[in-house]
Amino acid sequence: MPPSIISETVKNQAVKLNAASDVVMIRQAVRALAVEIGMNLVDQTKIITAASELARNAVIHGGGGDATLEIVRDAANRLGLRLSFEDRGPGIADIQRAMTDGYTTGTGLGLGLGGARRLSSEFHIQSAPEQGTKVTILKWKG
Amino acid sequence: MDRIPILKMGECLLVSIQVDMDDDLALALRDSLTSRIVQDKARGVLIDISSLDIVDSFIGRMLANIAAMAKILDAQTVLVGMRPSVAMTLVELGLSLPGIQTALNVDRGLKLLHCSPQGESSAAKHH
Repeated sequence: MPPSIISETVKNQAVKLNAASDVVMIRQAVRALAVEIGMNLVDQTKIITAASELARNAVIHGGGGDATLEIVRDAANRLGLRLSFEDRGPGIADIQRAMTDGYTTGTGLGLGLGGARRLSSEFHIQSAPEQGTKVTILKWKG
Repeated sequence: MDRIPILKMGECLLVSIQVDMDDDLALALRDSLTSRIVQDKARGVLIDISSLDIVDSFIGRMLANIAAMAKILDAQTVLVGMRPSVAMTLVELGLSLPGIQTALNVDRGLKLLHCSPQGESSAAKHH
């Protein structure tokens, strides 16, 4: 499926990802934005959970980074949240393998990337060895 | 750092998670619960997560760890109060928490564990 065409960014918020406590901060910031656009409770829970996974990845595997949280609107006036997580870590050599459930290089469960994709409407990952990793997810208001 | 209180009732330990835990706090809870099971000779552990609006893979793994460690220490764990939206998200995330016993609410959880305030639990009768 081609990525949706965003016609407008309604709101834009940058959050630093350096410590474990920043993962909690991301969850609270994403919740506030999801409530602001009137997302239903199940979709709120899904996008907050996906954000938590990706923020933790950036902190633990990426050695920290930056998150950008946006409220976006498409041409049909539909509202959604677009969240991107960018780190300056070692990058991912084999993205397809990293997306597989259960594959982990750390001590986690290896559900983060695949899980975040399943919980989002759209998912995009960009990474290369020594280039860091950028993951962008989008969830439209149902 | 905050700490999550662990209450003792009869031969059970009760925990109600009321804060949005960061990973360190989740690990601290796992460690202190495991110690308290031995220290208090607990036979049951009840964890109430009705205040949690998300459970991600880390918190889920921590809960599964607690249940596994408790089992090795001869205590049974029951997770209660999971919100429907959290259950739906967990399954989609790929975490179905096998090996963790759940109950809908605290009442049912306590019944499952046979906890009683005086320590006259039916679990105690086979001593």
